[in-house]
Amino acid sequence: MKHALFALALLVASVCAVAPAGAATLKATLISPEGDPRLERTRLERAYLGHAGGPAADGVQVALAEGGFELEAAGADVAFTSATARSLDAARAAALAAEKAGAALILTDLPADWTLAVADAVKLPVLNIGAPEDSLRQQDCRPRLYHLLPSERMRADALAQSLVSRKWSKLLLLVGPSARDQQRAATAQASLKRYGLQVVATKPFKLSTDPRERDLANPLLLTAGNNYDAVWVVDSDGEFARGLPYRTVLPRPVVGDAGLVALAWHAQFERYGAPQVSRRFFKAAKRPMTDRDWAAWLAGKTLLALATANPKGTNATWAQALAKTAVDGSKGIYMGFRAWDGQLRQTLLVTDGQGVVAQAPIEGLLHPTDVLDTLGADAAEKLCKATR
Amino acid sequence: MKLSSPSIGTLALAALTALTAFIATSANAQGSVYVSSEKDDALTQIDLATLAIKGTVPTCKRGRHLQLTPDRKLMLACSDSGVADVIDPSTGKSLRRIPLGDAPEAFDLSPDGNTIYVSSEDDAAVVFIDTATGNKLKEVKVGQEPEGVKVSADGKRLYVTSEVASLVHVIDTASGKVVKNIKVGKRPRRMAITADGKELWVTCELDAGVTIVSTADNTVLANLKFEVKGARAKDITPVGIQMTRDGKRAFVALGAANHVAFVDVAARKVTDLVLVGKRAWNVALDKSEKRLFVVNGLSDDLTVVDVAGAKPMKTVPVGRVPYGVVVVE
Repeated sequence: MKHALFALALLVASVCAVAPAGAATLKATLISPEGDPRLERTRLERAYLGHAGGPAADGVQVALAEGGFELEAAGADVAFTSATARSLDAARAAALAAEKAGAALILTDLPADWTLAVADAVKLPVLNIGAPEDSLRQQDCRPRLYHLLPSERMRADALAQSLVSRKWSKLLLLVGPSARDQQRAATAQASLKRYGLQVVATKPFKLSTDPRERDLANPLLLTAGNNYDAVWVVDSDGEFARGLPYRTVLPRPVVGDAGLVALAWHAQFERYGAPQVSRRFFKAAKRPMTDRDWAAWLAGKTLLALATANPKGTNATWAQALAKTAVDGSKGIYMGFRAWDGQLRQTLLVTDGQGVVAQAPIEGLLHPTDVLDTLGADAAEKLCKATR
Repeated sequence: MKLSSPSIGTLALAALTALTAFIATSANAQGSVYVSSEKDDALTQIDLATLAIKGTVPTCKRGRHLQLTPDRKLMLACSDSGVADVIDPSTGKSLRRIPLGDAPEAFDLSPDGNTIYVSSEDDAAVVFIDTATGNKLKEVKVGQEPEGVKVSADGKRLYVTSEVASLVHVIDTASGKVVKNIKVGKRPRRMAITADGKELWVTCELDAGVTIVSTADNTVLANLKFEVKGARAKDITPVGIQMTRDGKRAFVALGAANHVAFVDVAARKVTDLVLVGKRAWNVALDKSEKRLFVVNGLSDDLTVVDVAGAKPMKTVPVGRVPYGVVVVE
């Protein structure tokens, strides 16, 4: 919202430590959509799980502010700026401008196609913190494109694992009308198949009170006629899903985009120093830290990790170091990027919105090399042809 | 359950004999083990001789680091109350509460006990507090989420870990200035100093190891990595550490690996691994150094380990999310 007021202008929010002699400054620019519909007031107020809670820059700023001591101790320096773009072309132009101004990395909180346009326009590494589409990790992957936000598939896998651990194996799948819903429903189906869960029925839903459309809109009618252990609702918009729990004909839990949801972060997560991170974020941004804020925060942490590991680095050395960089996201482990698609490996949190119900990977799940690779496309399933 | 196999019977008998012997040797021990737990606002008191729970001692809120003062009082840092509770172990009563500022986590005392050095998790600072008056003497800014605090035997140097910055800050206690920031392993937690004062051992939770630092020149001498059969490096998350008085052995709680490592300090080699409860967090030895007490953060219990045999002997249920442990004899 705030960003939108500054039409086209580069919104400069530099967090510069005093540059010690000999240190190089790692410059990074975040590109976000101008007049971002995700940040409209009423949408933010609804606070749907998995949706943006505010500007992505907030998380980056918190990370850089908390790294001040670390930067100083290492004699390193990071300069962070934000830019907004009105269109795909404007995003590309903003990326080129940042590259020309000496940026070492670009951060994007953009739609998938805009993200790709940015990645194709510059020769810099791009940290994606806003687009969860699996296509960006799979067929549309790019060699210098990294993802901090978990993909849709990772979230679906985390939820499917939680269902397995409860032995809730029969699912009623309710799918929204948008193209994105269709795509995400296919992703959910793939996860359910991977974990041997059964879809007893798939039904489309529609937001409506029109009595002529009640078969599509009434939760009681939609959830009648089948037996199932849980209802998995795919609703990218969020409004229908919010109204579904406790309105089902059978006393069964709702999962997916309401009820039980798999996310990168929740402000009520209690372990691994997470409360301190959420508290710092709340102090600075005056709102609870969402999973998207976590991805932005971790992008800031990534900048810090690169700069402090190599304070005299160049853009080229930092770009090279990125693939091997591991970051501490306060989820109890160091997390690095998958070699085959640039996705950050991470634990996911399964939440009902009030607290953290479970973590994924679930306990007891085995994997030949890294159990975190049970979330999202594993090495053998990769469709990404780009070499890193 | 019926014991049909003679070998199982023999084994059980052998174990029983060992346990009886273990309890017999410890029956002479007089005193208590105190365990702080984050969610009970109380210490659990366990009898050293019988290993039975004697009772609980009410404390300030969200007690974490627990330590004995030079005059043998229990001092507990409470993160939610922002105070240190000073408790007389002979009566189980709180003597006084010393304000420690916002969200104190761990602390150490100057050798004379006159100054408390406490890490303030939310303020990214170490605060020096006058024990007698409770007045704040100094505040030293450090990296985010400071945790472990350790004072050198001569009281001149203060070592503080920053979990987020992966640094050990070396602070001159007289001036309150940071002398050096030492880059150590990832997420450094707790520290121990060797008996000769020459080495500082720093547990690094997300590095499955201990970084060994020379106290003479504040450089890293070595990194010791732990390995546990069946566990990946990611699951080995060391936190608590204690050394024997002669400085020959160190005991390190391996967190999510659910083990305690016995380490030969001079050789920098692991000699034994002992299975304990879930997320082994902190450790303490009794005076005779025959028994090691391990608090398990995720199974709400305390494992008593026989040091000579390197075997867990008994598990005692304690409070919710246990954190610190001390032995008072």
